[in-house]
Amino acid sequence: MGIIRSKDLEFEYISHSEDEEIESVIRAIAGISIDIEKGDFIVILGHNGSGKSTLAKQMNAILQPTRGSLWVNGMNTKDDGNLLNIRRLTGMVFQNPDNQIIGSIVEEDVGFGPENIGMATDEIWKRVEESLSAVDMLNYRSHSPNKLSGGQKQRVAIAGVMAMKPECIVLDEPTAMLDPIGRKDVIKTITELNKTAGVTIILITHYMEEALQADRVFVMDDGKIVMEGTPKEIFTQSRKLRALGLEVPQVTELAFELKQAGVAISDGILTIDELVEELCQLN
Amino acid sequence: MSIKLENINYIYSPDNAFRKHALKDINLVIEQGEFVGIIGHTGSGKSTLIQHFNGLLKPTSGYMYYDNSNIFDGHYHLKRLREKVGLVFQYPEHQLFETTVQKDVCFGPKNQGLDEQECMERAGEALKLVGLKEKYWKKSPFELSGGQKRRAAIAGVLAMQPEVLILDEPTAGLDPRGKNDILNQIQKLHQELRITIILVSHSMEDVAKYAGRLIVMNQGRIFFDDTPRNIFRRHEELEAIGLAAPQVTYIMAELRKKGFDVSADAMSVEEAKKEILAFLGKDA
Repeated sequence: MGIIRSKDLEFEYISHSEDEEIESVIRAIAGISIDIEKGDFIVILGHNGSGKSTLAKQMNAILQPTRGSLWVNGMNTKDDGNLLNIRRLTGMVFQNPDNQIIGSIVEEDVGFGPENIGMATDEIWKRVEESLSAVDMLNYRSHSPNKLSGGQKQRVAIAGVMAMKPECIVLDEPTAMLDPIGRKDVIKTITELNKTAGVTIILITHYMEEALQADRVFVMDDGKIVMEGTPKEIFTQSRKLRALGLEVPQVTELAFELKQAGVAISDGILTIDELVEELCQLN
Repeated sequence: MSIKLENINYIYSPDNAFRKHALKDINLVIEQGEFVGIIGHTGSGKSTLIQHFNGLLKPTSGYMYYDNSNIFDGHYHLKRLREKVGLVFQYPEHQLFETTVQKDVCFGPKNQGLDEQECMERAGEALKLVGLKEKYWKKSPFELSGGQKRRAAIAGVLAMQPEVLILDEPTAGLDPRGKNDILNQIQKLHQELRITIILVSHSMEDVAKYAGRLIVMNQGRIFFDDTPRNIFRRHEELEAIGLAAPQVTYIMAELRKKGFDVSADAMSVEEAKKEILAFLGKDA
């Protein structure tokens, strides 16, 4: 059984009027069954409002299912007794770096989590050092977070999650507010944590090129998973993606357009090298 | 209505340890009706620069002219300037506050001293310009989706009928469709109303598609100021300062290395496709 598994998961946002009557019900997740293996790198795509963030919040029980169930390492998120363990197992990183950093010095911020669960001081410092090296921010340990760039702040936020030694990290558009360098650094950090530390990664993003290194891609629409597959399988279907309000990387789009125009190249080209190679063989 | 910056320097906290020389010797003229993209990595001075365009920041040294008047000569009506030069900050939806979308958009014109009917008319026009349907006007801004809120916030600035519209990363956090919708609306404003557009962006693909002129900032200085095409030709220099050209630029460069006689200038998928097809057709 996978580290994150759900069956017929549904979630409704219910708003109440002042006299406690139900005013509106928004069904954000409409029946999702997934099984994510430990060590997987999963990317979730989908337009704004498709339910991505709601699904992410189910994965460390910030939200609990309205119907159906979700299990983290076999623990049902509906059972309040499991919450602490679930949250130690799955860490979350959000979009805005400024909203998740609380310490006045980088190393204090990273140590906040372990300190909160009453860890011994020596162990806290050990974890702070390990986590900061893992995101390549050890040189900044005594800096003030507000002097860091957006990408550096996000890496500190990731270190804060890593200090809890999670088995899984859920990142909800961690690069949306970053410049190209910051984005690259954060993605590199995430990929390394996945490859070297074996941390399960669930990455939500609007940047299609960030999905290329995923083991599996989920595409969401209207609270459901409407496409699932390897990046190649997903990006081959550029028409369908566009209908879902998404785009494919420029190189994939170019390959698709050339093919439509009668050039004999394969489907689902994801990198510049692949495209250049194929065109060279034609020439 | 040109914007002209002459030898502008800006220093944050000049008298303490946090001193930062954010803009260095900036000379720049932006003419009425231009569509200018501004690009640069975090901390390169983009946001500091755009806050000079409507006098939100006063340069440490140098002069800023709007329509040939020095805006810091002591007599200039800065409030008027800020109506003419509208600035849409990053994540402008965080600044929505009224009970309905319509009221929120009316806030600017109301402060300009217009009566209620005029305000409503202005708000209606602005909301139509950003493509927000009438069924949303009476809703609370907080009931809208991210992309809709962003449009409502942009409408709030448009309702003041600015001559220049500055947008600081207007598409951050939006999905591809929301992003294209907003940029297409901005392009329409530029083409139909001849509003000067100044667009700060992290996306080279976007500036390539929309801007006629691109200003690249690096370490507080203007690094490049040219057409996007001319700048992307020098993509190696862009990479040296942590930026990159659109992906197609690299495809074309790679193809040329392999002996394909295609133009290195293509900026869009459409252009690249034409080039490659022409080349293959010729040799087929």
